[in-house]
Amino acid sequence: MSELPAPPIADTAPDIRSARRSAAEYAQAFADVAPRYTRAQAVVEAERCLYCYDAPCAKACPTGIDVPSFIRRIAEDNLRGAARTILASNPLGGTCARACPTEELCEEVCVRVAQQGKPVEIGRLQRYAVDAVMDRPVTTLFPRAAETGKRVAVVGAGPAGIACAFELARRGHAVVLHDARPAAGGLNEFGLASYKMAGGFAQAELDWLLQIGGIELRLGWHLIDAAQLQTLQQGFDAVYLSIGLGRTPRLGIPGEELAGVRDAVEFIAELRQARDVAQLPIGRRVVVIGGGMTAVDAAVQSRLLGAEQVHMVYRRGPQAMSASLSERHWAQTNGVAIHHELAPAEIVGRAGQVEAVRFTRADGSGEQRIEADMVFKAIGQKLDDAVLAGSGLVLQGGRVIADDDGRTAVARVYAGGDCRAGGRDLTVEAVQDGKRAAAAIHADLSA
Amino acid sequence: MADLRNTFAGITSPNPFWLASAPPTDKAYNVHRAFEAGWGGVVWKTLGEDGPPIVNVNGPRYGALLSPDRRMLGFNNIELITDRPLAVNLAEIREVKRAWPDRALVASLMVPCTEAAWRDILARVEDTGADGVELNFGCPHGMSERGMGAAVGQVPEYIEMVTAWCKQHSKLPVIVKLTPNITDIRQPALAAKRGGADAVSLINTINSIMGIDPATLMMSPSTDGKGSHGGYCGPAVKPIALNMVAEIGRSAQTAGIPISGIGGVGSWRDALDYLALGATNVQVCTAAMAFGFKIVQEMIDGLSEYMDAMGFATTAAFQGRALPTVTDWQYLNLNAVSKAVIDQDKCIQCGRCHIACEDTSHQAITALVDGVRRFEVKEEECVGCNLCVTVCPVPECITLRTLAPGEVDARTGQPVPAQPANWTTHPNNPMRQAVLA
Repeated sequence: MSELPAPPIADTAPDIRSARRSAAEYAQAFADVAPRYTRAQAVVEAERCLYCYDAPCAKACPTGIDVPSFIRRIAEDNLRGAARTILASNPLGGTCARACPTEELCEEVCVRVAQQGKPVEIGRLQRYAVDAVMDRPVTTLFPRAAETGKRVAVVGAGPAGIACAFELARRGHAVVLHDARPAAGGLNEFGLASYKMAGGFAQAELDWLLQIGGIELRLGWHLIDAAQLQTLQQGFDAVYLSIGLGRTPRLGIPGEELAGVRDAVEFIAELRQARDVAQLPIGRRVVVIGGGMTAVDAAVQSRLLGAEQVHMVYRRGPQAMSASLSERHWAQTNGVAIHHELAPAEIVGRAGQVEAVRFTRADGSGEQRIEADMVFKAIGQKLDDAVLAGSGLVLQGGRVIADDDGRTAVARVYAGGDCRAGGRDLTVEAVQDGKRAAAAIHADLSA
Repeated sequence: MADLRNTFAGITSPNPFWLASAPPTDKAYNVHRAFEAGWGGVVWKTLGEDGPPIVNVNGPRYGALLSPDRRMLGFNNIELITDRPLAVNLAEIREVKRAWPDRALVASLMVPCTEAAWRDILARVEDTGADGVELNFGCPHGMSERGMGAAVGQVPEYIEMVTAWCKQHSKLPVIVKLTPNITDIRQPALAAKRGGADAVSLINTINSIMGIDPATLMMSPSTDGKGSHGGYCGPAVKPIALNMVAEIGRSAQTAGIPISGIGGVGSWRDALDYLALGATNVQVCTAAMAFGFKIVQEMIDGLSEYMDAMGFATTAAFQGRALPTVTDWQYLNLNAVSKAVIDQDKCIQCGRCHIACEDTSHQAITALVDGVRRFEVKEEECVGCNLCVTVCPVPECITLRTLAPGEVDARTGQPVPAQPANWTTHPNNPMRQAVLA
């Protein structure tokens, strides 16, 4: 990390520094992006819900939350009932309330959009209800069934793994929840922008869910090969793989090894785990390569850390971006410049340090060079297929093939979440995978 | 520009919006402010007989039925009549009337049921220059336990007796304020008329309990653990009051007696309801207590704009116009047939019409058409009940269409008769009248 004095000497000098902003500015920048509703706000917003018949919002929710019911219960001051409605369909309803691209799911189809141009703020209402019960024991909402004596290994403590473990534990099974990292939570803990999960929510939610009992956490446990998986298969009645997608693939262009080129996922994880964001170095000029939520989270947080210029560069047009419109607006509101139709051709360096990125215009009209002190790669992740080689699992495009209930080609081995082929890599879809797999595992173990 | 000037029971005012006898009209300070804001008249908060002052509870006097965003739908109070000395009120009435000669200033009165008590207070009121008196036979709480207010208003003979005393001992116009806490409003109205009343005003408040506190399971609001029923008013009571106004207006025995409409007037639209059903003016309290006196300016402007748009020069041009459209059920045309029509361009797909009809009415609205979410009226099931219209969140998305004579009603398979027919001649009516050949 360089300790260059501000202002930077020249545009070409690498300028990567920490403590670009005051403590107060950092606190404000990384504060809760959509603070919890007050009761008055919640009740008024709840009143906007029309309690639709066969509600489109509930059908748009990958976990099928009965949205009109929980909103009506908020309006009637029955927050426990509201939370039970949410969590019965989605045990990670608190995270999803914060992380879901609701404008592309429940809120997109809210009939109030047609009528008033503005949906009921379902996500914020959901957070209000779930937050309200998290100071009570989870078992007051979901008592655990009698122990079955069956043991299930869940590998990967992200949203799919946690949901699966919780749903299995509810049904009385014993679960060992494995994770390679020193903390559980997966992308909830390491992969979402800090301002979405302020106040250590991912850990609080996990702790709350673990109160159900019957779930043993085994951290720092790496799945490295098929033999290890086989050991799990032998030691447990079933194995659920929710290992996510570990590896960010190479861009395959010159300059990728230069200092200052980083994996956006790692950067976000580092931010989430940082005790003091002021300690994190950030470039004065940052280029983020990619067009998804991770690219937005990395770009916005670069700005929040104090980067002066942040360019989010995507090789295709706006329609192809997986970042939602409101995510893109959020990035732009935070001063991120979004570029389209530019494919990275080379990361240009000087003395081993990144200096710029050279892009090729998609329309063939030539090249564009964007100066950068740091470059973040946010081009999606892939499974390390070496890990599963020889396991009998079938992979497609770097992901495990499994049906909607998580059943794979191998008996008693199930898979879900991002490592399963198909879907949009949404937290809420991962939860649904875990929930369905738990039901399938329960059915198979009870058979 | 519409002329809003108003004459009610011989009392003139620049507009038909008066403040009702209530907390807002308890003293000169408020009434001056009300007149500055533009109110056409004020009925001073009820005066009692001279003597030890009235005492009120020192806890909550008011309770409310609120919408989730805390708009006042209904309002309730247990405040008694004025707790200020009679002499102070009378001096202030005199002073205010002198300051505002063009405004109506009426004193509301409530004294024990003796001729002497009424005679005494009438003389003192008349001396102030007040324009008239309103007899408070309606207050349903507290005072009624002492044989006044609603206790008088619930006994037509008492109404007639006291009204007659007032007419005998005063030259001031006498307005009798009626309680709705009775079974047939025409009886007290008729009694007032027999007693010689110049007008009636209605409704006073309705006996009511607002609810309980879920944490304590105590009546709410309460004072030191107990509450008593209060008088209910505000927007929620307007339909009840309108019916009573119309009942008086269309009863042969009471028709023609001037009416001051009271109950849930918060806008010019509410006032229009009363005037079109025969009231000469309206009195307002809850809206002023919720928003302050300025609200009258929106009422005046709205009514004036409406009248200009409709070509009404004065309120007399439309007063009572809707009254002939109110009738008894037996006279409704049973041959008229309506069907709901859903404007698909306006429909937002909430499905409320479907589920309301499916669960609670006539199963006459689809949810799916060819497997697609779509809400359409099944005319062969629709009875035109209007439920879907009332539950639809989009204005004018669902309307009722009246079938033309000769058009086939898909529900009955019969053409709509050109001639109206009602229950009085219906073959199913054992009491039917013979149809004249």
